[in-house]
Amino acid sequence: MLRATLKSLLARKLRLVLSGLAVVLGVMFVSGAFVVTDTLSRSFDALFASAYATTDVGVTAKPKVEVSEFEGEQVVTPLPANAVQRVRAVPGVRTATGLVEADGARVIGSDGKVVTSMGPPRLGIAWTGADDLVELRAGRGPVAADEFVVNATVAEAAGITVGDRVGVLTLAPKKQFTLVGIYGYSGNRDSIGGVQEVAFTEPVAQQLMLGETGVYSSIRVTAAPGVTREELRDRIATALGPGYVTKTGDQLAADNAAGLQEGLGFFTNILLGFAGVALFVGIFLILNTFSIIVAQRTRELALMRALGGSRRQVIGSVLVEAVVIGLIASVLGLAAGVGVGALLAYLFSSFAGGMELGTVGVPLAAVVSSFVVGVLVTVVAAVLPALRASRIAPVAAMQDVATPDRPLTRISVAGGVVTAAGATGLGLGLFADLGDATLWTILGGVLVSFVGVALLTPLISRPVVSGIGRLFSWSLPGRLGRLNSGRNPRRTAITAAALMVGIALVTGVTVVMDSAKSSLKAEAATILKAEVIISGDQNGPRPPSYDPAVLRGAATIPGVRSVAGLWNDQVVIDGEKHYVNATDDLAALKDAFGDAAGAVPATLRDDQLVVSVPEAAAYGWQVGTKVTIQPSRGDPRAYTIAATYPEDSLPGDYLLPVAAARDFGITQPTMGFLRLADGVPVGQVLPRVKALLADSPEVSAQDAQAFVDQQAATFDTLITMIQILLALAILIAVLGVVNTLALSVLERTRELGLLRAVGLGRAQTMRMVTVEAVVISVFGALLGVVVGAGMGTAVTRALKSDGITELVLPWERMGTYLVLAALVGVIAAVLPAIRAARLNVLGAIAHD
Amino acid sequence: MTTTNSGEPAAARADEVWKVYGTGEARVVALRGVSAEFERGRFTAIMGPSGSGKSTLMHCLAGLDTVDRGEVHVGGTKITGMGDKALTRLRRDRVGFIFQQFNLLPTLSAKENIRLPLDIAGRKPDPQWWDIVIDTVGLRDRLGHRPSQLSGGQQQRVACARALIGRPDVIFADEPTGNLDSRSGAEVLSFLRASVREHRQTIVMVTHDPVAAGYADRVVFLADGAIVDELAGPTPETVLDTMKRLDTHAEPVML
Repeated sequence: MLRATLKSLLARKLRLVLSGLAVVLGVMFVSGAFVVTDTLSRSFDALFASAYATTDVGVTAKPKVEVSEFEGEQVVTPLPANAVQRVRAVPGVRTATGLVEADGARVIGSDGKVVTSMGPPRLGIAWTGADDLVELRAGRGPVAADEFVVNATVAEAAGITVGDRVGVLTLAPKKQFTLVGIYGYSGNRDSIGGVQEVAFTEPVAQQLMLGETGVYSSIRVTAAPGVTREELRDRIATALGPGYVTKTGDQLAADNAAGLQEGLGFFTNILLGFAGVALFVGIFLILNTFSIIVAQRTRELALMRALGGSRRQVIGSVLVEAVVIGLIASVLGLAAGVGVGALLAYLFSSFAGGMELGTVGVPLAAVVSSFVVGVLVTVVAAVLPALRASRIAPVAAMQDVATPDRPLTRISVAGGVVTAAGATGLGLGLFADLGDATLWTILGGVLVSFVGVALLTPLISRPVVSGIGRLFSWSLPGRLGRLNSGRNPRRTAITAAALMVGIALVTGVTVVMDSAKSSLKAEAATILKAEVIISGDQNGPRPPSYDPAVLRGAATIPGVRSVAGLWNDQVVIDGEKHYVNATDDLAALKDAFGDAAGAVPATLRDDQLVVSVPEAAAYGWQVGTKVTIQPSRGDPRAYTIAATYPEDSLPGDYLLPVAAARDFGITQPTMGFLRLADGVPVGQVLPRVKALLADSPEVSAQDAQAFVDQQAATFDTLITMIQILLALAILIAVLGVVNTLALSVLERTRELGLLRAVGLGRAQTMRMVTVEAVVISVFGALLGVVVGAGMGTAVTRALKSDGITELVLPWERMGTYLVLAALVGVIAAVLPAIRAARLNVLGAIAHD
Repeated sequence: MTTTNSGEPAAARADEVWKVYGTGEARVVALRGVSAEFERGRFTAIMGPSGSGKSTLMHCLAGLDTVDRGEVHVGGTKITGMGDKALTRLRRDRVGFIFQQFNLLPTLSAKENIRLPLDIAGRKPDPQWWDIVIDTVGLRDRLGHRPSQLSGGQQQRVACARALIGRPDVIFADEPTGNLDSRSGAEVLSFLRASVREHRQTIVMVTHDPVAAGYADRVVFLADGAIVDELAGPTPETVLDTMKRLDTHAEPVML
């Protein structure tokens, strides 16, 4: 008897560990998110503090169009040279240096490809010589117009050495330079935070990076002794007047660090999303574990009640156990989170080109949130089992511990109500206009629906599980496994529900993504008539562009009917930011988009534009209205609306004449559309267009099909990301299946002994346990696929007005998930099955 | 020592079997050189006080437990030294079991429980023998019921039918009436005896109940891990007398 008690205690410990693991994982992601954010933000602070160490005050021109991190790269507004003189004249200024520095200097590496960046900018600067920060490592500074130097990070990434002729893309098309030097930074650093730097002589840098000579991007000011940074800043600001932004070096460092941290927010949210899924699924696991424990301890708890223990004491005894598990899981999760956070920070810094990492810190917020989340989740999950424990009648101590199958009516009614509530929330969020609350309403609706379906699961488990099990009923072990999986509908249901959550999420997202993808393809096929499209894979905030000479060259290729280039920019109209396009050939663009633009003229005068019908309607504009546009550079300019066009008959909402592109952030075209003469095969033209693009390696020419596929590939990336999330949810659900099976094996020790005694072989025993696991897993996956497809369909339908017109159910993927679930069942069954097979027959028969 | 009266091998045989549990202080000798033979077509009861080793002997004979010394044969096959696979097959095909706790699978109907050993082996029951067994245990109208819908006596009859259906070399019954009222117990014992007398089955039954032992053809008495006496054609009275007599003996009698 003692042996049996010890055994059951050990088995319970295993179960507690298994369910606690879900909490550990959840807490790990929470604390990991805090640790990585903390470590990286301190690293950023240190990084920029060092970068701005020699700057007391920095001056820039107020940008024409303010662009946030999220929207793209800020276009630098140039400062006139006389601003440097005026700053120099301010009392208290020791030195004032005009700097040229702008993003968008793309070096073409020795392999002919543009050196990419995973986030840090690719700066083009004017060489100001070595100083406290900059150390020349090889060669010399640039002197002639066709000479340049690069920092060691660029040299390594591009595979170039001093003396090489290297192509560089800037505002201008590709130009060749001779590399005359390579430099690094104090402390033997190759870069500052992974930033790629390319330095030219000052006039060249001004022309290529800012668009004109004699201008600067910023002024670096050092203070004379005795003048504080703040004092000097205020004096300079007063001297320069409006139109300038004047900040101390500390402010600049803080601003830059804050900008990067904003980008980290996305990263943190992903981690918190992982945490949310882990904890939500974990609740199911813990709920199940505690229900099982309470059921097994019925006699003990009843005895407690019979001896005068109050209900409250019974509840307390269960909850105390939950708190202890929650605490232990929190500690472990916190520790694991610190490790994960440090690892992520390390990965991030090496991705960003070797940023110096600060020490790994554990912020108080990480500790507090770990314990709050860990304990709260565990206790919440244990509340229901605790209440159930308190309802055990004292007389149960005297009776045979039979756990009768309680009727499923109440739980099913509750499930129906909760599901309906969740579906209502989901529907409200999707179809009603709730403003900011929309996302939360949808999310809440999804979660509540999950809970509702989980409550309904026991009811549907009987027929469905038995149905799935029939697939395995051809052999006796299979039949026994099927029967076993139907024995405890509540336990089977909750185990399956944990698996459902993950699979439903991923199925739902897949439905939406695939529908969006298919809608995009269908739409592209109906509106895009160009046979050849020039475009680039956008990596980083700066869209790829190409030499406008390509457009003229393409027009001369035999068989090409028309060529239209497309430029774009972010501008301010009426105080609001808008994306606008410009084209060099409106007639050709019309042709490329199926000639549906109607009354749009074939050419635009330099002071005319065309606007889409819905945009004009939104502003109340008519043909003839004057619209003032502030582009990324230069001064605002008024354009007269020459015509309006139906939505999608031309790209975007605004089309400007090509002359406007001179003031765009990127002055080169970013896309191009070719129409071919009737009967000319694409294959005849495409190679010649590609040849023209030899000096514009950021873009490529594709036929229409390849272009559309490339656009649609974005959705596949998103699906992959969500599948990683699924992997986590499945991992946790596997723990649940292992848990349930381990318990089944324990509970049925005597039965197993009997089966072995009458001749069931070890392999057959394992097969029986495996079938039970597979049936449960496939049941969960089936639920998930059905629920997920339902949710995905609802979302897709709700997004109909946003352009998702097609509904695609990814049968293949859903099938894969089911197969995956079966596999998961097999894996989950391994340990319990081995345990069942190793059972000592004699001991099992005598087992009480 | 009883010997077989015909040429065919005994249904089960133990030769000089020793079984020791634990080591050192906790060392318990459960069987000390037991030799016994169980003939085909006979109903043998093994009796003895608690701790006499009667259950251990049965487990060793049935291949559920291993022996430390000596040999066990079932139907002429030596099972000592067999691996788990061979033993499992032996239990499946050549041995039947009846336990005190009826040990039926709650998920299966009575009929499925009876067929279980055959289903495990992938064999079909012989329809004639099936009818005989079902009629002998009197369960024809109960075949579709689950164990939870049957009385204790009925459940044990299902267990008996399960043991009989494969026509094993020998059926081991461990206190088959221990959990039954006297009437249900009598029923079970009657058709166990009937299956031996009318259908030439072989049954070895462990019991401590003289009334149950009275149904057997022969009773073997164990005490302290050794066979101390034997009775042919027992009645409850003669069994009880023998037991009383054995109780007064301080030393086991080697036969």
